[in-house]
Amino acid sequence: MTSSLEDIWVYLAATPLLGLTLTLVAYQIAYWLYVRGGMHPLLNPVLVAVALLVTGLTVTDTRYQTYFDGAQFVHFLLGPATVALAVPLYAQFGKLRRLLLPLVAGLLAGATTAVGSAVVVGWLLGASRQTLLSLAPKSITTPVAMGIAEKLGGLPSLTAVLVVSTGVLGAVVAKSILDAIRISADSVRGFAIGVAAHGIGTARAFQISEEAGAFAGLGMGLNALATALLFPAAYHAFGFGG
Amino acid sequence: MIGAITVLLIYQLIGESLVVALGLPVPGPVVGMLLLFLTLLLRGGASPDLRDTAQGILQHLSLLFVPAGVGVMLHAGRVASEWLPILVALLLSTVATILVTAVTMNLALARVEKGASRDDE
Repeated sequence: MTSSLEDIWVYLAATPLLGLTLTLVAYQIAYWLYVRGGMHPLLNPVLVAVALLVTGLTVTDTRYQTYFDGAQFVHFLLGPATVALAVPLYAQFGKLRRLLLPLVAGLLAGATTAVGSAVVVGWLLGASRQTLLSLAPKSITTPVAMGIAEKLGGLPSLTAVLVVSTGVLGAVVAKSILDAIRISADSVRGFAIGVAAHGIGTARAFQISEEAGAFAGLGMGLNALATALLFPAAYHAFGFGG
Repeated sequence: MIGAITVLLIYQLIGESLVVALGLPVPGPVVGMLLLFLTLLLRGGASPDLRDTAQGILQHLSLLFVPAGVGVMLHAGRVASEWLPILVALLLSTVATILVTAVTMNLALARVEKGASRDDE
């Protein structure tokens, strides 16, 4: 009995099917918990799914590479998903043109703060170079952040973890910060959340209002673009690349 | 849906090729996104098929984060030894980014609205 179970496990562990299926099952469980928990930001489905999978892989003593052989099919979709961001961005084009100056001003200030403050604080507290490079793009959506980290010599998988953590933090703190400084326009509230906390923040902004959500989506897309274009250029211009 | 996925993959492929050919410092999919955005501007809109597919993928964007997130397993040592700078940097930077973005945009918005109301007079 035990040995036949083991045979099945050995067979399954060698095919991509297991990693792929486990990813989807863990996400379904996490999403169910999130909805049941009233969409509390701390029950973020990514966070819960990752925790479930890490626990499962550790308990069964399965290597990450074995898991990723299957999960890479999900991971691969990050590329087309990034391209797909063009569609909602285009849908917001009318608003984008009307509020062009305030949006660009907020975007540039926010994008610079997001990268600059993370790197400076991390550096002051003694984080290693590789950690700093993985930390820098933490405010933008995962596929783009991972691409930047990979290009500049950070660790894409560490970046992914930091991006998710940033999103959860942003979703938890955003409302009280914006209330405290008395920003009431939903366009501004949403945009700030999207710039700081990408997709996870955007989901939170939709709970504030439809308008806040739309502007958060815009902030997420524009910051992905701004950071992807400006950060690698600045990095090379200031000679950190050498 | 297959048509739209083909379009997305073709734009990603063009983006990746341009990045390699021109040595651009930007991820390939971002170039693909820019090119698709420009195409939509020129065409004056996305087809319903592309809109539905994009919405479908982006609705479950968070699922796509999961395999990379599990990669924290590989960095358990690093996270354990650098947890303080990482945690403080994430927290302070996230708060600062929300503050700076909101305040800057609010100031610029007030200026634009003042300018607009002056034009009305």
